[in-house]
Amino acid sequence: MIGKTSPSAPYVRKLMLDPLPPPAKASGVSLWLREKLFSSWGNAFLTVIGIGLIWLLVSHFAPWFLHGVWNADSLAACRKTIATTWGEGASGACWAVIRARWNQFIFGFYPAEIYWRPVLTFVLFLLALAPVLFSQLPRRLLWGSLVYPLVAIWLLWGGSVWPVAMIGVGFVIGAVLWRVLVAKNAILAALAAVVVPVLFWLFLTGPIDDLLGKVLPVSIQSVPSRQFGGFLLAIVLGAGGIVMSLPLGIVLALGRRSDMFLVKMFSIGFIEFVRGVPLIALLFVASLLLNYFLPPGTNFDIILRVMILVTLFSAAYIAEVIRGGLAALPRGQYEAADALGLDYWKAQRLIVLPQALKISIPGIVSSFIAMFKDTTLVTFVGLFEPLKSIPDTIRADFAWKGIYWEFFVFVGAIFFIINFGMSRYSMYLERKLKRDNR
Amino acid sequence: MTSAPDAPEQGFRLSQLIYDTRYRSLTIQVVVLIAVMAAAGWLVDNTVRNLHALGKDFNFGFLWNRSGYDIAQYLIPYSNDSTHGRAMLVGLLNTVWISVLGCAAATVIGIFVGVLRLSKNWLVARLMTVYVETFRNIPVLLWILVSMAVLTEIAPGPNEYKVNPATGEASASMMLFDSVAFTNRYTAIPSASFGRSLGTIDTPLMPVSVDWVLVFAVLAVSIWANARFRKWADAVQESTGARPTTWWKSILIVLVPVVVVAVALGFRIHEPVLKGFNFVGGTNVSNSFVALWAGLSLYTGAFIAENVRAGILSVSKGQSEAAFALGLRPGRTMSLVILPQALRVIIPPLISQYLNLMKNSSLAIAVGYMDLRGTLGGITLNQTGRELECILLMMLIYLGLSLVISTVMNAFNRKVKLKER
Repeated sequence: MIGKTSPSAPYVRKLMLDPLPPPAKASGVSLWLREKLFSSWGNAFLTVIGIGLIWLLVSHFAPWFLHGVWNADSLAACRKTIATTWGEGASGACWAVIRARWNQFIFGFYPAEIYWRPVLTFVLFLLALAPVLFSQLPRRLLWGSLVYPLVAIWLLWGGSVWPVAMIGVGFVIGAVLWRVLVAKNAILAALAAVVVPVLFWLFLTGPIDDLLGKVLPVSIQSVPSRQFGGFLLAIVLGAGGIVMSLPLGIVLALGRRSDMFLVKMFSIGFIEFVRGVPLIALLFVASLLLNYFLPPGTNFDIILRVMILVTLFSAAYIAEVIRGGLAALPRGQYEAADALGLDYWKAQRLIVLPQALKISIPGIVSSFIAMFKDTTLVTFVGLFEPLKSIPDTIRADFAWKGIYWEFFVFVGAIFFIINFGMSRYSMYLERKLKRDNR
Repeated sequence: MTSAPDAPEQGFRLSQLIYDTRYRSLTIQVVVLIAVMAAAGWLVDNTVRNLHALGKDFNFGFLWNRSGYDIAQYLIPYSNDSTHGRAMLVGLLNTVWISVLGCAAATVIGIFVGVLRLSKNWLVARLMTVYVETFRNIPVLLWILVSMAVLTEIAPGPNEYKVNPATGEASASMMLFDSVAFTNRYTAIPSASFGRSLGTIDTPLMPVSVDWVLVFAVLAVSIWANARFRKWADAVQESTGARPTTWWKSILIVLVPVVVVAVALGFRIHEPVLKGFNFVGGTNVSNSFVALWAGLSLYTGAFIAENVRAGILSVSKGQSEAAFALGLRPGRTMSLVILPQALRVIIPPLISQYLNLMKNSSLAIAVGYMDLRGTLGGITLNQTGRELECILLMMLIYLGLSLVISTVMNAFNRKVKLKER
């Protein structure tokens, strides 16, 4: 139209005006307020209640937070400082206790002169975790992650290097046997890869340890499990449980969906039993009953016992989550795998599990989070976890008697950060693995 | 796996057990069975030998011996002269009681928060998100301990409710029209009694109050009558198209008989009153119970809120739009269209949340509430030294409770499930 006007038209406007901004009521902050907060009387009411609630919380906690004291050597000193700075009767947090007992919160009763070992283990943990979490990193780094657990065990518990090394050697023997024999006979290879390392661990490691210990004594100060505590203990239990419960959970889930009647029944029985009892009961089994179930005279590490029971507990829940993922997979996927002539394990490994695990990521991560939270229950079998045992220990000191809230806030915040981080990572993973296959 | 008809007939070879798919699963199962039996046999053998070495035997006779310890909270009569078996029963009932109340409170919180989290109100939705994320990511033990600390450290002592003669005011005041008082030792709540009581019947388990039985029986009958009445209204609506007014008649049917019976029995509510150093007249609920209840409900409520939210979100928008197009009002849309479909998604995870709450109630150990773990798995175990019997029995009972809850809830689930064709 523009530029071509009929000669009879007396006037045609050629200049376009800029659009006017929308009226103030329909834009910007006021629109947002009206739509999101005051769209109706009911909504306005809710908003007022919400603001009231926030005000209540902030007015109670903000002064307490801000008046916090970071430098003091006892609760009384804290209160004195608060009273002198903020006036008599002012409330304030005594963060000094966290500062004073920081090491206890992190390491428990781990010997102070070798704190570098847990710290180094933690740094290595992050390095070993990186290639597992982020697939952009080169895949060769995964070998480091595989070796890491042994290094961590040695660094944390100390002692001679040889027993730990022999565990690794057992795995290497198994892997080598599998590689060599698998071409000839897969079943023989699988059998050999399991049986030979177990025999090696049972009968050969002891003498070899002794021999190597004499010839080449490499050893660092050993730390008994009872001295572990604080977040060190929580993370050891949590990470150990996570690493071991995932494979066990997968096996249990496959067992529960198996065509073989007995395998299925045993899996169902185990899963339902474990899911039916509280974790505390299982922890008591670890601390009180395992001595009955094992050969007379056996007495093995309390952390290991607890970790085994926590692993079994978590594995049952993970198995159910993965079973859901397996059930959600379309039947055609199984049939396609059969049609390709894949055997059971190949079909599971290449077709079924990658998809089923992808579907179950949110549930698996929830189980991990639940398990990390459940590590706090070990306080009831006498281990020094950070939520109850360590604060109780600190309160037993006269200087810090009667201090509660600072511990709750500090420990709660750390648990929140770790668990919230895990759930966010699971969302990232879901987004990354999402394939819109329609 | 039928063989071709012209395949050469061969005798059975041992290698077929592994390579032939007809036999392989059998072989594997036999191997698994042998392995499991061997492991079980090994464990039992170890246990027998260990027990023998310790000079112990395996029997549950101790359950009939005198317990000799007191329990602070009991629902059925109990004294330290009662048996260990009865102590176990007291603990079991306490576990059931806290679980029932906890599930009820958690469900209310969960529905409330789950719906509000979907609110169009930005502020409220954010607040609820903060609540859910905070409670879900921090161990339940912390919430129980925090509740306990709030009650013991912050709540006033009973004597602070006393009116100071000089100022004419008390330093603490009761809540809910002077009916509830939080103190640092207990929470005082009103109790109820009957002025013209019909007495109690003594059963071996517990004395049963005839009054309460009568009240509940009348309530059950009137609820049944109301169901009949509604069915009749439905039938009228089906045949004539007009629904008779039911709401006030329903209320009358349900409430009037109960109120009449209660008044006839002289029903009274006693509010707690401060006398001397303590509250009397009402019921004093121990702080350990209140703390455990609050901690469990708030924690589980956050999980249930997420289930409720997921359930409501799972109903597609087209359903509510279709309901609006049919002319249903928002309330009816919710109750007739969205909720029945959302329940299908909400109930299965709700079952597992109830189970979790029941299992988490064993954290009573942290605040000293005497549940099953506190009696059977706690003091009885320590006094008799029979770890094996006590813990096995305790696990079996928890397992039984889990089975009962999941059976009941699954039956409910089948009832509300959409009937699909």
